[in-house]
Amino acid sequence: MSEVDVERLLRSALVPIEPSGALTDRLEERLSKLTSIAAEELADWELSSMRDPRNWARPVAAVVIGGAAAGALVVVRARQQQRKRGASGLRALEKSVRGVAQDVSKRLGR
Amino acid sequence: MDHPGDKQQLDRDFTELYRAHLRDVYSYAYYRIGNHHDAEDLTEQTFLQAYRHFERAQRESSGRPLRPWLIRIAHNLAANYYRDRSRKPQTQLEDADVISTPHPTEELVEGREEVQEVLAGVANLPDDRREALIMRFALDMDNREIARALGRSEGATKVLIHRAIKQLEESLKEAAPNE
Repeated sequence: MSEVDVERLLRSALVPIEPSGALTDRLEERLSKLTSIAAEELADWELSSMRDPRNWARPVAAVVIGGAAAGALVVVRARQQQRKRGASGLRALEKSVRGVAQDVSKRLGR
Repeated sequence: MDHPGDKQQLDRDFTELYRAHLRDVYSYAYYRIGNHHDAEDLTEQTFLQAYRHFERAQRESSGRPLRPWLIRIAHNLAANYYRDRSRKPQTQLEDADVISTPHPTEELVEGREEVQEVLAGVANLPDDRREALIMRFALDMDNREIARALGRSEGATKVLIHRAIKQLEESLKEAAPNE
C-alpha cells in the first residue's frame, strides 16, 4: 500500500456529510431569533436617536433596514426548502442504495 | 457598529457564511466527535458563537476567507467537549457507510471494510493529525486554510499531514500483514 493508495482511501472514507433537516430548521430558527433581537435593539437605538433633531431624516430608512435584517435568515430558510425539494429525487436514490447495502451486509452476517 | 445599514450588511454576510459552510462544520463535527447527536450540538454552538463574534472576525480578516476561523471555533468547542466530559473520540462512527454519491452495490460491499479500517485508523491518530486529515479530505481545505484553523505555519501543516498519512499507511499495513 502506497501513500497514493492511502489518500485514495481517505477520500472515499471521509466524505462530506449533509446535516439533517431537523438541525438546519432548529439552527435557522435560533439564528433568526438572534437577528430579530438585534433588529429590535436597532429600533430602540433609532427611537432614542430621534430625540436629536439632526437625525429626523433617518427614521424611514431605519424601519426598512431593520425589517430587512430580521428577514435575512427567513429568506435563507425559504431557499433551503426549495433546494430540499429539488434534491429529494437524489436523496431517495441514495436511500435505496443504502438500503440495498444494508440488506447485503445482513445476508453476509455482518 | 454605529449604523443600521452596517448591521444589515453584516447579517447578509453571516447568512452567506452559514449557507456556504454548514456542511463543512457538520462534517468536521461528525468526524471529530463520532456521533450525530453531539455533532449537531457542536454545529449549533459553533454558529451561535460565530454569530456573536462575526463583526470582529470580519473586520480582522482583511478580506480573507472565514472558513478557517469557523472551523477553529468548532475545533475549540470540540476540545472543550472532551475536556469537560473526559471523553475520547469514538472509534466506530455511527453511520460509517454514509455515502455522498450512489455506487454500484458490489463496490459498496467490497469497499465498506476498507472504509471502516481507514476510519478506525484515523480515529486512532493523535488529535492534531486526525484533525488535519479531516480538514484536508472531508472539507477539502488547502494547507493555508488548515494552517489558519490549527494556528500553525503552512510548512508545519504540510509536515503534519504528511506524517499523518504515513502513520495511517503503517497502521493499515499492520492490519493487513499478508498483502
